[in-house]
Amino acid sequence: MSGAKPFDWRHTPGLSAYTALIFLFFYAPLLILVIYAFNSSRLVTVWAGFSFKWFVAVANNGSIRDAAFNSVIVAIVATIASTAIATAGALALERGRLRFGRSAATALIAMPLVVPEIVVAITTLIFFSGLGMHHGLVNLMIAHTVFCIPFALLPIQARLRDMGGTLEEAGRDLYADEWRLFRRVTLPLLIPAISAGAIMAFVVSLDDFLISMMVSSAGSTTLPVYIYGMMRLGVTPEVNAISTILLAVSIVFVAAALLVGRRNRFA
Amino acid sequence: MGPNRTYLLIAPAMLVIGIFMVLPLFLAVAYSFMTANPYGGVTAPATFDAYLQFLYQRDFDDSLVFSPSYALIILRSIYLAIATTLICLVLGLPVAWYIVCQTPERRRVLLFAVTLPFWINTLIRTYCWILILRDEGLANGALRHAGIISDPLPLLYNDGSILLGLVYTFLPFMVLPIYSTLERIDPRLIEAAHDLYASRAAVFRRIVWPLARPGALAGATLVFAPALGSFLAPDLLGGGKKLLIGSLIQMQFTSSRNWPFGAALSTVVTVVVLTVFVIRSRRAQEERR
Repeated sequence: MSGAKPFDWRHTPGLSAYTALIFLFFYAPLLILVIYAFNSSRLVTVWAGFSFKWFVAVANNGSIRDAAFNSVIVAIVATIASTAIATAGALALERGRLRFGRSAATALIAMPLVVPEIVVAITTLIFFSGLGMHHGLVNLMIAHTVFCIPFALLPIQARLRDMGGTLEEAGRDLYADEWRLFRRVTLPLLIPAISAGAIMAFVVSLDDFLISMMVSSAGSTTLPVYIYGMMRLGVTPEVNAISTILLAVSIVFVAAALLVGRRNRFA
Repeated sequence: MGPNRTYLLIAPAMLVIGIFMVLPLFLAVAYSFMTANPYGGVTAPATFDAYLQFLYQRDFDDSLVFSPSYALIILRSIYLAIATTLICLVLGLPVAWYIVCQTPERRRVLLFAVTLPFWINTLIRTYCWILILRDEGLANGALRHAGIISDPLPLLYNDGSILLGLVYTFLPFMVLPIYSTLERIDPRLIEAAHDLYASRAAVFRRIVWPLARPGALAGATLVFAPALGSFLAPDLLGGGKKLLIGSLIQMQFTSSRNWPFGAALSTVVTVVVLTVFVIRSRRAQEERR
């Protein structure tokens, strides 16, 4: 076959167009939501000019503000608790000597990722009601801490594995005790990964819907649960606006986690 | 780090997940063998009624009548979860391969673009499709504008719209694991195959697919498990009329107030999902040998 182009396995005809279509499938619906959120018409699908008024309406809605406040409080507590627990767990898994129970520990920590959300939601509901615990936000904080642990743990564990133990060994050679070693060597190296894990935990907590819906009670509605209630009543510009805000918050936080996590490699 | 300190560090994670996640799973099993309290919760005596409900209905005279409606919901959920998994595999494999073929710089950008939807609220991602598919939505508007239809097509509230929502939600779960196995491919294998006159199809069948298989298997597990118990896609895009297990379980704890039946359903889902995961990790271990 003289004159034929040299074979390039990295190039499959039509594949880039196909991939572009899949990415369109991922992102076009989100873009449509954002565009509608800026539509001044109450009839969502009829374009009547650019407007911020639905965002103003959302900001002035007391119930939405209360729900957002609940969401943020729960997310902050769950983030702090789960990141602390996950940091300790990651250190044990990567630096400790687990003579037995390593696979059991790994499996247990992966449980929140494996068990379907609806099952977690109703079993947690059963657990709290069986104990007679009706503490609204506290119940939510506990439930969120549990499913945030694996998300906070993964980046920290990956970082510990990547950086190896050489710097810690050097510290040990210089007679640093375990606590000083952690304070002066391991922790500073881990800070970017811990921050990335914490941001991920925060996003996961803020976005959770199903578990929050089943566990929350009248006074402890979170933002996604409130938005779901609005959606059930129909498509409105307010729903588009508040959904767009939540979308923007997630994207900003995930991008931040990525940037913080990347700084790792140059540390 | 000594073993004592190690166990001290791992203890909080294990205690919190053990007490607030694993213990409730067993509590739900116990609840599934109790009698429903019409005000929510459960009462004595212990019974198998919740599991009998899968296939029978208790008549007014307390006799059991065969009624497969719940069994059909379970079968339909399994069927839709399998369909979601297969569609995600077919759609996701070429995307993973495309990303593997790019320069490292472009790979990173594309991987971020695949991962990002995972971090965006599923509630909002599902809602976007209501905007597109409803009677006054974008799709029907465009078709009407183009003069193709005069009455809106019923695009929402059917199995197709549920399936679309499930694929949209879980497709990233398929692309990422396939990518991470294909990433390790040795380019020399492909070049050698080509030198030996293998066609593109043969390269795919003999080299790419065998390497992608463990990733596809992992992806299939990651898609199937949450798709089986999904609540939002069937609820928002199925309109709550077309029930799947997820919404059926949720109903037992809200409007229907039949906690034992809900606990029984959720026990069945958990057993199915954990079995799938155990089989997968066994297979993965065998392939590694």
